[in-house]
Amino acid sequence: MKKNKLSPAALREQNWAYIMVAPTIIGLLVLNIWPFLQTIYTSFCEHLGFGNYKFIGLANYTEMFQTPEFWKATWNTILFCILTVPVGLFLSLLVAMLLNAKIRFKGGFRTIFFLPMVCAPAAVTMVWRWIFNAEYGILNQMFGTQIKWITDPNFVMISCAVVAIWSNIGYDAVLLLAGLQNIPKTLYEANSIDGAGKVKQFFTITLPMVSPTLFVVMIMRLMASVKVYDLIYMMVEETNPAVTSVQSLMYLFYRESFVAGSRGMGSAIVIWTVLLIGLVTVIQFYGQKKWVNYDV
Amino acid sequence: MKNNSLQSSKTMNTVLTYAFLILGALIMILPFVWMILTSSKTVPESNNIPVTILPKQIMLDNFVEAVKSLPFVNLYINTGLMIFFRVICAVLFSSMAGYAFAKLEFKGKGLLFGIVLVQMSLPSQIFIIPQYQMVAKMGLANTIFALVFPGLVSAFGVFFLRQTYMGIPKEIGEAAYLDGCNQWQTFYKVMFPLTGTSVAALTIFTAVFAYSDLMWPLVVNSDLNMMTLSSGLATLRGQFSTNFPVLMAGSLLAMLPMVILYLIFQKQFIEGIASTGGK
Repeated sequence: MKKNKLSPAALREQNWAYIMVAPTIIGLLVLNIWPFLQTIYTSFCEHLGFGNYKFIGLANYTEMFQTPEFWKATWNTILFCILTVPVGLFLSLLVAMLLNAKIRFKGGFRTIFFLPMVCAPAAVTMVWRWIFNAEYGILNQMFGTQIKWITDPNFVMISCAVVAIWSNIGYDAVLLLAGLQNIPKTLYEANSIDGAGKVKQFFTITLPMVSPTLFVVMIMRLMASVKVYDLIYMMVEETNPAVTSVQSLMYLFYRESFVAGSRGMGSAIVIWTVLLIGLVTVIQFYGQKKWVNYDV
Repeated sequence: MKNNSLQSSKTMNTVLTYAFLILGALIMILPFVWMILTSSKTVPESNNIPVTILPKQIMLDNFVEAVKSLPFVNLYINTGLMIFFRVICAVLFSSMAGYAFAKLEFKGKGLLFGIVLVQMSLPSQIFIIPQYQMVAKMGLANTIFALVFPGLVSAFGVFFLRQTYMGIPKEIGEAAYLDGCNQWQTFYKVMFPLTGTSVAALTIFTAVFAYSDLMWPLVVNSDLNMMTLSSGLATLRGQFSTNFPVLMAGSLLAMLPMVILYLIFQKQFIEGIASTGGK
């Protein structure tokens, strides 16, 4: 690449390239890069109403760090990840392995497991609210219990976790299934001649071979879980007495920014969340070398 | 003898596989069945103790009630238009940029692609407050444009289609170029038609994502007539907090179009969404 000395053809190519990336780049600058910088700035400001801001330094952050509701929301977000990601991954891998066996109606099963993916969370959570309903819900009636699944602070997080896992199993299983199908059959054949049992086969062949896919799905699921909002918002409305026991960071962000109108605080919360997501990226970077088997 | 026991353990395995799969499938499907059954019950019927599984009658009263309380025709149109414009923008702009990033040489390419990557690695909520202020300042809150706004460009689409274009051998483009096509003609006459599968995947991904999105439509369009199906349902939840038959009917109405599309194009939906996996 010689600078400033492009041939006419190369210059034409470059001009076409600029024209073709222009809509995207202009769009990203206006819609994303500028708002990103604005949000950082806003987090150091107080919102005076009507889009007017006053610079107040670190006050939003110091206030945020002194608010128990904020720490509760951070913990809720982490707890939500702990409750949903490992169990979800385990069940998805199980479903993927079952679908990978020689069975009939494979496509039909896949379609059913994947179904929640195309239903808006707003719609599916509605039926779960009904199933979990304390007075007339079918779950309590089936088990003869009287648990307030959605309004008891001790249960509400578990109920939301169940819905989250149920919603995502099919999607994760489809991704894992693709990983399983890439494992060469000859590996299993060689292994079964050695007389290895199914369980041993799982740990010596399946798990190491599927580990790159598993890792990608785990990171993706972690990133999405840190940002969880819609499911919890639909399950637990703001007037629910148990809301602080399940409110995630993004839920708190929504309430601060658009219900309470304190956009400076809202911005500080979202910046904090980005830092948490950064932490996941660090795990991804270091964990990859440690846990994932790439040399196969 | 040995052969026999091997055979029977194999049959055992198959039976267990089917048993688990059927159990799993039931857990996935029963909430939807319960939704349909409840939508045909009266309130006292749905609140029966002990629970009655089947409704006494097949009735549409709850659907009528849901449509009366929520302007479903508008919600369908709003959601449809939002999806339509977002898909058009994502496919058109991302194809152009994806092609340029994959196949053309230009100064500043690395920096510009860096902008795409930055957007992809940030959560969409970080943009919401300023985006909302822009829409409000333009006086365009409660419009279709407001719903489309954050989806005018798709960084993910650019990234995804760039990979597709990188997979097309460059000889194909060179042949077209030698035949006298300029870069633009090479792109839209020769290269773009080769990306059908990826464009379909991006279309489905964009559509499902826009359809499910809740926070942006709630924030930007507060007028009931300008809501999407998702944000409309959130409103219905507040209105009929204990009338579950109506809530089930409303949810069914909101789900129906996408589920029908899904059942027709199952393979494209599943493979499309899976191939865009990670976002």
